[in-house]
Amino acid sequence: MQVTDQKTAGYQSHFEKFEKSLNGESKTPLHALRRAAMLKFHELGFPTTRQEDWRFTNVAPIADTGFSPALNGFTARMTRKEIDQHMCRDLKCDALVFINGSFAKEFSSVGMLPGGVRIGSLAEALKSDPDIVDAHLSKYARFDRNAFTALSTAFIRDGAFMVVPDGVVLDRPVNLLFLSTTGEIPFVAHPRNLIITGKESQLSIVENYAGIGHNVYFTNAVTEILVAEGAHVEHERMQHESDNAFHISSMHIEQRQGSSYTSNAISYGGSLVRNDIASVLNGEGAECTLNGLSLATGAQHIDNHTMIDHAKPRCASHELYKSILEGKSRGVFNGKIIVRQDAQKTDAKQTNKTLLLSDDATIDTKPELEIFADDVKCTHGATVGRLDEEQVFYLRTRGLALDDARDLLTNAFASDVINRIRIEPLRELLNAMLHVRLCKGRLMRSPL
Amino acid sequence: MLLQINNLHASINGNEILRGVDLTVNVGEVHAIMGPNGSGKSTLAGVLAGREVYNITEGEILYMGNNLLEMAPEDRAREGIFLAFQYPVEIPGVTNTYFLKAALNSIRKHRGMEELDAVEFLSLVKEKVKLVELDQSLLSRPVNEGFSGGEKKRNEIFQMAVLEPKLAILDETDSGLDIDALRIVADGVNKLRRSDNATVVVTHYQRLLNYIVPDFVHVLVDGRIAKSGGKDLALELEEKGYDWLKEDVEL
Repeated sequence: MQVTDQKTAGYQSHFEKFEKSLNGESKTPLHALRRAAMLKFHELGFPTTRQEDWRFTNVAPIADTGFSPALNGFTARMTRKEIDQHMCRDLKCDALVFINGSFAKEFSSVGMLPGGVRIGSLAEALKSDPDIVDAHLSKYARFDRNAFTALSTAFIRDGAFMVVPDGVVLDRPVNLLFLSTTGEIPFVAHPRNLIITGKESQLSIVENYAGIGHNVYFTNAVTEILVAEGAHVEHERMQHESDNAFHISSMHIEQRQGSSYTSNAISYGGSLVRNDIASVLNGEGAECTLNGLSLATGAQHIDNHTMIDHAKPRCASHELYKSILEGKSRGVFNGKIIVRQDAQKTDAKQTNKTLLLSDDATIDTKPELEIFADDVKCTHGATVGRLDEEQVFYLRTRGLALDDARDLLTNAFASDVINRIRIEPLRELLNAMLHVRLCKGRLMRSPL
Repeated sequence: MLLQINNLHASINGNEILRGVDLTVNVGEVHAIMGPNGSGKSTLAGVLAGREVYNITEGEILYMGNNLLEMAPEDRAREGIFLAFQYPVEIPGVTNTYFLKAALNSIRKHRGMEELDAVEFLSLVKEKVKLVELDQSLLSRPVNEGFSGGEKKRNEIFQMAVLEPKLAILDETDSGLDIDALRIVADGVNKLRRSDNATVVVTHYQRLLNYIVPDFVHVLVDGRIAKSGGKDLALELEEKGYDWLKEDVEL
C-alpha cells in the first residue's frame, strides 16, 4: 500500500539528487536498502500523536519544515579553536569530528591503534571495509516501523565507523563530535554510526551533538552498536544542539552473552528532542545500564524512550532517568521492558525521577512492562515533584540563602546521574555546565 | 537581652497553638522549655527558626533588639541563631562537608570574616568532630543519610560546634537517644557554652536536664508559660507530672 504524504514528498527530490550523486554505487545492495527504506518512509509518513509511541511528542514542526539536505555545500569554515570549544579539554582520546553530518578529517585525530581496529568515517568504510559494513549495517536498527529510522537508512552516507576486534581493549575513549553550523536555510543531516565490538573487547565512547548559531536545523541520528560476547562498552552521550534545532536520535544495541553496555545520556539542548535507546539482551548474563539526565527550560521538549528486551535468561538491566524541568518545558519518559518467555532469572530495575522547578513545566512518564517469564525480578518506579521543602528549610537555617539552597539541591539531584560518568574531565565539564544553567535558569524561574 | 518574646500568638491551619508566650533570654543563660505533648514546644522552636508554616497573629520577638519575625531563616542563622532539629532531614547527594562549608562561609561572609578554603575547613572540622565523638568518615557521606538516630543528633551538635551560634535552640534533642548517646550530646552542648551565648533546651523529659543543667525552667502548657523556676522545677515536674499545672492555665 502506497500512501502519499505531502510532507514526505519533499524528501523524494533530495533522494533523487542523492542517488545521482552516487555514480556507480547506485547498483549496490546498500543502495537497494536505501531505496527500500525510502519507500517505507513514504509509506509510514511522519508519526502523529495518535500513535502510542509518539503520543506526547508532536513532530509537526519537523514535518512541516522544508529542510535542505546538509550535504548541499553547507561546509562552514570552522577554525580549530571553534572545534576545541566543543571538545572535552584534558581528555586524552581519539577524535572524529563531523560537521553538518560529514566527516571533517582536518579536525579529527586518531592515534596509533592496535591491528584490526577501525576508527573513522562510514563513507570511507563503505569503500575500504564493505564486507564488515554489509554484515552489520541496518541489521540492528529496523526501519519498518519508524519513519525517522527509515529516513536515516534512505540517506545512509556518513557517520562514525568503529571496529574493535576480539580481545582488544582500547585504552583511551573515542570522542565523536557532531557539530552543526546553521545557515540561512534550514538543513537536515542524517549521521549514521556503526560500532562493532569483538568478543572480550572494551570500548569507551564520548558522543557529543552541538550546534553553533540559532537557526533551525534537523539532526536525524541513528547509531547501531554490536556488543559481542564478554565485551564492555561505555557510552557517554551529550546532546547540546542549538536553541531552535530538532534532534531525533535512536540507538540500537545488540548485546551478546556476558556483555555489558552502559549509557549515560545527558540532554540539554535543542527545541524538540526525541531520544530512543533500545537494547536487545541476546545472550545469557548480559548487563545493560541506561542512565539519563534531561535539563529543559523555556519551551523545550525532551522525550526519552528506552526499550530493553530481555531475550535470554539471567540478564540484568538498570535504568535511572532524571529530568529537571523549568519554564514551560515538557519532558517525556517511556521505559519499555520486555521479558521473553525463556528469560528466567531476569533482574530489571527502572527508576524515573523528575524535578519540576516551575508551575508550567510538565512531565509525562510511563513504564511499559511486558513480562512473559515467571521467575523474574522487575521493579519500576517514578517520582515527580518539587524540591523537598524540609531540605530547603534545613539548609536555610544553616545560613544558605534561599536560591543557593535550591541550587544546591537541584545540583545534587542532577549530580546523581552526572557522577556515574567515569571520565573525570567530562564529569567536571558537565557539573560546571549545570552550575551555569542553574544561575541562568534562576532568571527564568517564576517568582515565589 | 539576647532574646525577648512578648505575648506571642501563633497558629497553624487556623488552630492557635501559642497563646501569649513571654520569655526573656540573656547571654550566658540556659533555659529549659518543658511541657506536655501538644503544648506548643516544637511550635515555639519552629517560630524562632523561621518556619513559614506558622501564622503569627499577635506579639513580637526581639533578637538583639531587632524584629526577628521580619528576618528570613538564613538571616536568622547568619545573625547567630541555630536550631538543632528534632527530626533532622536526610539530604542525599549533598555531603556533610560540602554543605557545612557553604553554611559556615555564608555566615563568615556576613560577619565580615574571610571565607575558609577546603584545607582550612577540613582542619577546623577535624577538631570539632572530637567534641561529639563523631566518626570523621561520616562527614564525606550525604547529610544524615543512613545515620542512626544518635548520629543524626550528634551531627546537629557538631554543626553547632562549627557554626558557633549566639542562640542555640535544641528541639527535643534527647528524643530517641539512649543514655550513652544522650551523655555525648549533652557533653558537646556543655562544652560549647560561653558567657556570650545562650541555649534554649526544649524537652519533654527531665532526664536531659541532669546533663545540661538549666538556669531557668519554663513549663509550657496549652500555648502559654504556666510556670517558671530554677532547675528544681524540672525535678518537681518529674515527680508530679504536668496535670497540676494544667489547672492553673484554665482560662
